[in-house]
Amino acid sequence: MKWLPPMFRRRKLYGDLAEEIREHLEEKTEQFMRDGMDRKAAEQAAHRAFGNATALEERSREVWQWRTLESAWADVRYALRQFSRSPGFAITAIAVLALGICSSVAIFAFVDAALIRPLPYKLPARLVGVYETTSLCPRCNVAYLNYLDWKKSDLPFSSLEVWGSSRYLLNGHDGAQPVPGTRVSDGFFRTLGVVPILGRDFYHGEDKPGSPHTVLLSYSAWQRRFNGSPNIIGQPITLSDTSYTIIGVLPSEFQFAPRGAAEFWTALNDPSSCELRRACHNLFGLARLKDGVSLQSAVAEMKTIELQLAKQYPDANRGFSADVVKLTEVVAGDIRPVLLMLLGGAGLLLLIACVNVSSLLVVRSESRKREIAVRGALGASPARLVRQFVTEGFVLVLAGTMLGLASAYLAVHLLIKLIPAGMIESMPYLAGLGLNLRVMAFAGLISLLAAILFSIVPALRLSREDLRGCLAEGGRASAGMLWRRLGSKLVVLELATAMVLLVGAGLLGKSLYRLLHVDIGFDPDHIATLLITMPSSYQENIQVMRLERQLVSRIGSLPGVKSVGISTSLPSSSWGMATNILVSGRPSNGEHNTVPERDVSSNYLKTLGAKLLRGRYFTEAEDDPSKAHVAVINQTFAKQYFQGEDPIGKRLLYEGSQEPIEIVGLVEDIKEGQLDTINRPALYDPFSPLWFRSFNLVVRTSQAEQSLLPTLTATIHQIDPSIATSDAGTMNDLISGSQSSYLHRSSAFLVGGFAGVALILSIVGLYGVIAYSVSQRTREIGVRMALGAQRSSVYQMIFKEAGWLAAVGIATGLGCSLAATTLLRKLLFGTQPWDLFTLTAVAAVLAAFAFLASYIPARRAASINPVEALRAE
Amino acid sequence: MMILESLRRQPAHGYALVQHIQQRSNNLLQVEEGSLYPALQRLLKSKLVKAEWGVSATNRRVRTYQLTSAGLRHLEKEISSFEQMFEGISLVLNPGNSNATS
Repeated sequence: MKWLPPMFRRRKLYGDLAEEIREHLEEKTEQFMRDGMDRKAAEQAAHRAFGNATALEERSREVWQWRTLESAWADVRYALRQFSRSPGFAITAIAVLALGICSSVAIFAFVDAALIRPLPYKLPARLVGVYETTSLCPRCNVAYLNYLDWKKSDLPFSSLEVWGSSRYLLNGHDGAQPVPGTRVSDGFFRTLGVVPILGRDFYHGEDKPGSPHTVLLSYSAWQRRFNGSPNIIGQPITLSDTSYTIIGVLPSEFQFAPRGAAEFWTALNDPSSCELRRACHNLFGLARLKDGVSLQSAVAEMKTIELQLAKQYPDANRGFSADVVKLTEVVAGDIRPVLLMLLGGAGLLLLIACVNVSSLLVVRSESRKREIAVRGALGASPARLVRQFVTEGFVLVLAGTMLGLASAYLAVHLLIKLIPAGMIESMPYLAGLGLNLRVMAFAGLISLLAAILFSIVPALRLSREDLRGCLAEGGRASAGMLWRRLGSKLVVLELATAMVLLVGAGLLGKSLYRLLHVDIGFDPDHIATLLITMPSSYQENIQVMRLERQLVSRIGSLPGVKSVGISTSLPSSSWGMATNILVSGRPSNGEHNTVPERDVSSNYLKTLGAKLLRGRYFTEAEDDPSKAHVAVINQTFAKQYFQGEDPIGKRLLYEGSQEPIEIVGLVEDIKEGQLDTINRPALYDPFSPLWFRSFNLVVRTSQAEQSLLPTLTATIHQIDPSIATSDAGTMNDLISGSQSSYLHRSSAFLVGGFAGVALILSIVGLYGVIAYSVSQRTREIGVRMALGAQRSSVYQMIFKEAGWLAAVGIATGLGCSLAATTLLRKLLFGTQPWDLFTLTAVAAVLAAFAFLASYIPARRAASINPVEALRAE
Repeated sequence: MMILESLRRQPAHGYALVQHIQQRSNNLLQVEEGSLYPALQRLLKSKLVKAEWGVSATNRRVRTYQLTSAGLRHLEKEISSFEQMFEGISLVLNPGNSNATS
């Protein structure tokens, strides 16, 4: 039966072995007895000569085993038994560990999706974004005519493309609907390395003006609008009253974060009026670096080319330079510091969790020292005992990791739901978010580190321990000291880490508060907004003006509507849409004075609730821009260009135009850009209808603005059903959903959550140390009290111990926070990294909790009955 | 190797083996008697020896170990390689002697 696995023979083998050893000892004993010893002495002598029988028998047995695995399995079973014997310890340790692992793994999943995973293009590291720059606008759009001139130069790129956002009106069942699109130069997809799954890519030269209108569909548009029909190629489709031919479908995994989710990708062969002017910048550059060309040299070459163009076309290009930025930077540059900060926070939380579990393990190994001593006396070698601890550490970590991963999976899905839909569109890389291999490897790595830590900590204690001493009851005082020393170091570490997290959370919270209370220069309550896109049937200024009047009067007469305004863009979004101006009568300083320009209706500023400082708003008669040349400026504009002068009545010129514009009013700064930006000079002038195909309606209401939104849409469709409405919402939602407030809010809340957990863990840690110390010193305290110590002095003694730990922890934490928060500087708004208020408040909170944590054990110590304490010995 | 050599002379049980080795080495090799057993188990596992339960001269139930043919081959190989090594060591340690003996 040789082929039978040895497992079946094992019982017999072991039995034989045990019997053999027994016989051996017996024979030896008899030998000694023959030499004249009595039986007992002979037995002892035989055992001495034989050595550690148990260990030797075990070693002999191991010869037959698949050794490590089998004894490891035994250890695992033993560990599980140990855990089930003290479920409180096991549950706490596993839960704390799972919490730490969950937070870091969940955050790492985001870091992985946004920063680590390569973009889904061919050789993505060589892809770059190309920008024109001015001193005010570091990453500005590219002018189409400049792009054409770039293409004629000797470029550091193997290909250079441009793309621009567009919006098409698509007629559907429920009226016209604005759909996001992108206009791209013909090599756009070839540069990315993206191939359509159906049909063809744009031909070389398909972006020459006058070429036929062709369109590529995004995969989702193909599925949703055409049910994924393969016969779609060559079919016509009408976008904004223009007929396009569908030539292909893009792959489902195709994404282009800088644009977000666009459904129709058309060839850029229909230059708009803006694109025919060199001074009008509306496109973005995308290029692939030539082999062997570094980013730096590409930047330098593009700057040289742009300098040449500035000499060639001084009117339009003066002051412009160029910049080249890695595409990864374009895609995730904004979110990188936030994510790294969150990862740091999660890491600190993990650290606290590990320290907490370590101190739990130390306490437990304390209470298990007799068990260990007994096992040692029964013949377990130190290595064998250490292996037991290592196994327990691994089992603990394995359970924690499993739980942590499961909760991380849930956390990731929860977090992604909390991201506003508008932002998710610009983060298509989050689509691949999940616990992929890299995230699992990360989880594995941190678990391995934790497991090593958890096996080393109790094993370290073991090596220091004198096993024999532990068998005796008296060995307690010295061991207790050891734990107190190690434990208190761990607590100081925990407190300091918690302090760093709390300070971070405090600063981020303060930033958020400051951000939400930033002076936006208008009253956002009770304002409903709506984006209106006109069909191409609106060709004449007069048509648009009639529409505008109709809208204002019809909507203005709706119940609950106080006033109606129109603007080309809404506040709290961007300082973009700028124009170049000159102050009439002043010599040009040789630079462009680029200021954001808002085309607004006469009622707009009043509707918004802006504060007029001087002069007046437009009159209704001035709503016709062909007749009136007037403007309202903001305070920053006045400060920058009319320092110490009265701006009212001063005249401005558009660069390249001779018609003067008179300044009639001065308003307090309205925050046109994101909340965390500084104010820039802004110019408000009468609405010039045909420049824009779409504009925003701003409605101030006396009732809840949300309830008005459906009525607004219905009223507009009554005026003209072919007008498309979209982006209906309230101004308050718009502000709280804006990118800056979202990023500040989410980081403040997440770090706040981390800090809260860290606070609890560290305070529990402190409590543990103090409570343990009190329990160890029961006899000492009893003696003291028997000798006449007052309860107050016992309190004092305990508080002194706890206070010392807390003080060292807080002081260390203060130092670390200052170092850590300096790194946060970029993410803060309206507060300094060394904000005194936050630092003091956090220190006070931590001190108060530390007091609480030591009060409970102190009270227990003070209520010790000396008689009982002494009798217990 | 020592165990195998002892068994080549005569099959024996554990206790007898220990006694034999200690006697032969003039008690120079003082090891824990029990450390014999893991070694015996290893030999058993690699089939260099085989074991049978029997009754000893002292009327005691013993497990007697016996060299197998594989064990014999292994022993011869071991001895020759050990002798080579030993010779090498002694050549290095006593260069003068080596000339005399060779």
